[in-house]
Amino acid sequence: MTIGNLIRLLVLAVLIALLMRPDLFAGFFALFAKPGQPVIYNQGNLLAITISHLLIVAIAVLGSTMVAVGLGILVTRPAGAEFLPLSRAIANIGQTFPPVAVLALAVPVLGFGTGPTLVALFLYGLLPVFENTLTGFTNLPPRVMEAARGAGMTGRQRLLQVELPLALPVILAGIRISTVIALATATIGSTVAARTLGEVIIAGLLTGNTAFVLQGGLIVGALAVLIYDALSGLERLLMARQGRGVAR
Amino acid sequence: MIEIDGVSKAYGDNLAVNDVSLTIQPHTICAVVGTSGSGKTTLMRMINRLVEPTSGQIRIDSEDVTAVPAHELRRRIGYAIQGNGLFPHKNVGQNIATVPRLLGWNEKRISARVDELLELFQLDPHMFRDRMPHELSGGQQQRVGVARALAAKPNILLMDEPFGALDPVIRTRAQDDLLAIQQRFGTTIVLVTHDMEEAIHLGDRIAVMDEGKLVQFAPPAEIIGNPASDFVAELLGPSDRAFRLLSLSRLADHVESGEATGEPLPSTASLRDAYSELLWSGRTAAPVVTAAGDVIGRIRLESLTRLAMAPK
Ligand SMILES: Nc1ncnc2c1ncn2[C@@H]1O[C@H](COP(=O)(O)OP(=O)(O)O)[C@@H](O)[C@H]1O
Ligand SMILES: [Mg+2]
Repeated sequence: MTIGNLIRLLVLAVLIALLMRPDLFAGFFALFAKPGQPVIYNQGNLLAITISHLLIVAIAVLGSTMVAVGLGILVTRPAGAEFLPLSRAIANIGQTFPPVAVLALAVPVLGFGTGPTLVALFLYGLLPVFENTLTGFTNLPPRVMEAARGAGMTGRQRLLQVELPLALPVILAGIRISTVIALATATIGSTVAARTLGEVIIAGLLTGNTAFVLQGGLIVGALAVLIYDALSGLERLLMARQGRGVAR
Repeated sequence: MIEIDGVSKAYGDNLAVNDVSLTIQPHTICAVVGTSGSGKTTLMRMINRLVEPTSGQIRIDSEDVTAVPAHELRRRIGYAIQGNGLFPHKNVGQNIATVPRLLGWNEKRISARVDELLELFQLDPHMFRDRMPHELSGGQQQRVGVARALAAKPNILLMDEPFGALDPVIRTRAQDDLLAIQQRFGTTIVLVTHDMEEAIHLGDRIAVMDEGKLVQFAPPAEIIGNPASDFVAELLGPSDRAFRLLSLSRLADHVESGEATGEPLPSTASLRDAYSELLWSGRTAAPVVTAAGDVIGRIRLESLTRLAMAPK
């Protein structure tokens, strides 16, 4: 086993232990709490909050992936080619818009609860996936595409059997970026009453309890690192299978 | 039979193919040669409608190629290109199975056909069927590319510089394999190349393209002996013409009676190889033997010199 894998496994083990038996870490977190303050978050179950956090991220990223890949496919077909430059420009501009601002704009429209967070994560998640889908579909190896046409594949067969599998690693990279941004941004969602790990951090900030802040932050951080890593690994696997170098 | 009838293709003001007419007989190899940008690829791609002509008509066995949907037409025509264009995410077996699968063959028939083709191209099915394209050498990739083009037993095979990326030794072998396959299955082949040597070696007839126009369409001997223009002569390389002419015939067809000493030459060797060997060994004649080793006569340097002269 490589050192990298060892560290990954260790992070995962610590994360699971922290979620299942937070009391085991009381000694460690006591270092950061003021005397008399609770050491372990006590206004909800850490595991349940983490699951809710992950669920919100998963739903939002799934939604943005479906829409962004769908749009990306549309504008790279001959019929949608007119819209390609425009959509590319929108994707690039959108990327510079901070996710917090999207959240702030969504609340007045949707009110408090999970809704605005889902919408903000969904909207912001669209851009990296869309941009990468465009990159993936516009950089397909020309000879391979020529062979697919020459073999007599229809447009649909080319899309499903050749273009999508070849573009997949690049699309996955977009999904990875969206996921990591969503994992972090979801914490802000708790300011508008979404059930995410942000509530642990905010509770800590409100009561001046660094132990809470640290618990929330560490869990989000570990999730981000592990998921980023897993998705990168999947991309590398797909690239290697196609005999292509690692796109990093 | 492929009939190309007054076909032109314009890209803006540029006529990539300019009013070309030619008829390719069934079971023959037509080599299309010309300098880069002369319209060879465009001409070939109009046969399977990867490019639609601006004007003119192309017929296969008297039927207009536009009579069926383009994708159906392409499934009936083999297509192999330089750098082979193998699907990098599919293994060798899946690559070869592409067209049979599109045609809805059943799995049993497909896998039997894949193994048959792998064997035909001297690739052990057990070893190669499940390999990914990037795990093959350039020569193996090229063979898989041609196997894929032949998978659904097409009557017509289109090849665009299929040997362009191979080193000379492997290229010669791939060319000979192609000739053997063509003789075995009687496939009609249209082969685009910028290499006159390759065209002479492989083509039953050679179509010479220059700036979109067909400047000569004739058997190799006529192209060499009677080039239609200075351009064709230049493509032949003026200093090599005598040797190219010699390369067209085999010793078997020119054996003379009489004795000679020294290392014998196989009757399958080209006159060019025989000439080179005589010069090299400083002899004026050499015995000619069959594959079985029987001496059937001799070949004299003097006769070869005469055979290398421009036909009158
Ligand atoms: N899709 C295209 N769009 C515009 N011009 C093209 C296109 N394809 C080929 N051409 C032009 O047509 C001419 C012939 O090209 P091609 O048939 O590829 O030549 P060859 O295969 O003999 O090198 C060239 O001038 C080339 O630039
Ligand atoms: Mg070409």
